[in-house]
Amino acid sequence: MEILVAVVIAVLTSCGVYLLLRGRTFPIILGLTLLTYAVNLFIFVSGRLNPGKSTIIGVGEGYTDPLPQALVLTAIVISFAMTAFVMVLALRARAELGNDHVDGRTKVEDVKS
Amino acid sequence: MSHLIIAPVLLPLLTAILLLLGTGRPLRVQRSISFVSIIAQLGVAIALLASAAEGSITVYALGNWAPPFGIVLVLDRLSALMVFVTVVLAFFSLWYAVRGNDKPADSLHSVLHFLLMGVNGAFLTGDLFNLFVFFEVLLISSYTLLLHGGGAARIKSGLHYVLLNLVGSSLFLIAAALLYGLTGTLNMADMAEKVAQTTADEAPLMNAAALLLLVVFGLKAAMVPLYFWLPRAYASASAPVAAMFCIMTKIGIYSIIRMYTMVFGDTAGVVANLAEPWLWPLSLITLGFGVAGALAARELRLQIAYLVVVSVGTMLAGIALNTEQALSATMYYLVHSTWVCGALFLLADLIVRQRGAASDRIIIGPALRQPVKLGALFFIAAAAVIGMPPLSGFVGKVMLMQAATTDERTFWLWFMLLAAGFVTITALSRSGSTIFWRTENRVAKAEKADRGALLAVITMLALSLALSFGGNAVVQYTDALAQQLKNPSIYTEAVLSHKAIPGVHHE
Repeated sequence: MEILVAVVIAVLTSCGVYLLLRGRTFPIILGLTLLTYAVNLFIFVSGRLNPGKSTIIGVGEGYTDPLPQALVLTAIVISFAMTAFVMVLALRARAELGNDHVDGRTKVEDVKS
Repeated sequence: MSHLIIAPVLLPLLTAILLLLGTGRPLRVQRSISFVSIIAQLGVAIALLASAAEGSITVYALGNWAPPFGIVLVLDRLSALMVFVTVVLAFFSLWYAVRGNDKPADSLHSVLHFLLMGVNGAFLTGDLFNLFVFFEVLLISSYTLLLHGGGAARIKSGLHYVLLNLVGSSLFLIAAALLYGLTGTLNMADMAEKVAQTTADEAPLMNAAALLLLVVFGLKAAMVPLYFWLPRAYASASAPVAAMFCIMTKIGIYSIIRMYTMVFGDTAGVVANLAEPWLWPLSLITLGFGVAGALAARELRLQIAYLVVVSVGTMLAGIALNTEQALSATMYYLVHSTWVCGALFLLADLIVRQRGAASDRIIIGPALRQPVKLGALFFIAAAAVIGMPPLSGFVGKVMLMQAATTDERTFWLWFMLLAAGFVTITALSRSGSTIFWRTENRVAKAEKADRGALLAVITMLALSLALSFGGNAVVQYTDALAQQLKNPSIYTEAVLSHKAIPGVHHE
């Protein structure tokens, strides 16, 4: 279980970072989304993995830490809002600058100069 | 009194909501609501400052959940001073904005109050995750403020700013989750006690978490190599927004001071002072890059934005020295640089408006309508930011240099600070002489500067003089503040001994 979660987080993070380093806004937003998924999973497991345990004391045997679940809920809400904002901003930049390069450049020659 | 500590968060929140509901109402109504609220906040900030000056630490448990379980607000000397500095800066930005700068869109006032809520909350909270939440509140407000007024340049620099900060937020969450996994708490006071008990085999992970946090706060503070977003973003923002943004880098500085003196400070056992070897060289490099940028800048506002980077370098050096005297000097310098940089951004806007097509480029342009008035103000502001006597920058730099006379780092600090001062003089005299003296033989067709706006700038610069002549009182406060910071047990005990109010039950 631990290995599986670790691998999932690692794959999400590396794909996210790779996409973040691209030059156009759309892959970057996609990369950000993947990165936030990885981060959310990471927060979730910061309270240790307790498969089969409930978060409520008294229901079943033992319980798992409820705090990371509250944290991850907050983090998800915030990351949704931020992704929506950056999406709108990217669309606006596309309209205003005429292309979706993060530096507002279109041609290879422009990037060089 | 006991509930007053939450007022710096609630007042701007309620004002912002009220202003949102009033969208479409005459600008006059919105302006008065916004202005009345900021004056009330100023009153609250002064009351909090007075209460913190007595040396006691006020703890406010939200929802009556006693620490370490609930979220707490903590008022100590540091947070009281930061809130005060913020509200004063916001007062002047608003004052300037209501003189005609808030016209392009009517949401400026509302978002500015949301920003204030985030900033004040970040300074007052005693909980790491709550700090993240307030960071997000202030960041999303700052995104909208930065884009206020629109235009391709703003969108372009805004996109960089937003994307970088989103990555920063992700890193913040990773660091917070790591720290929670290691210590089992998010309350900063509780965390300080848990971190002190770190064992040697936990130390590498703890180091990783702490340094990841340093990256996040360094990004907010615009530390090398994470400052590249700042100059363009600040230079393209509208004047009151750019002035207000002068507090943004200080939030990073504040968080660094808070985390690396209290949680990872002298008392942190095996991970004590782990950020210091990084902060010291990076602060001097930041200083160097800042002055190089100021010297190379071809636009006035870009140059001022680089001066913000210079001030960040200076403050980080003070933190890295990690002595009581140096921290006191850093706090004094922080107050000075926030207000003076704010004044400079507002003044630059007044100058730009009278230069017609030349705008803020440092080239030969038409003569200004009021060259003497604006020129004199520019001279005073430049002197303050460079650190010439008798203005506050001088006092701050001298205090910092006096603090560094004990070890081998003295030479580097003195050399960098003095060299930075010299290069800044060169840079500012170039822009000043070009803009005010080397003009074409015609006067720009521009209106005279608005009297109210001019008065706002003059008053802000007068604050610099006041900081210098009333320096004794300020230094007394910052000395006591540094003493409080270097004894984190006062803070942790105050927070952890706080009990829930009996008789109030949770449902």
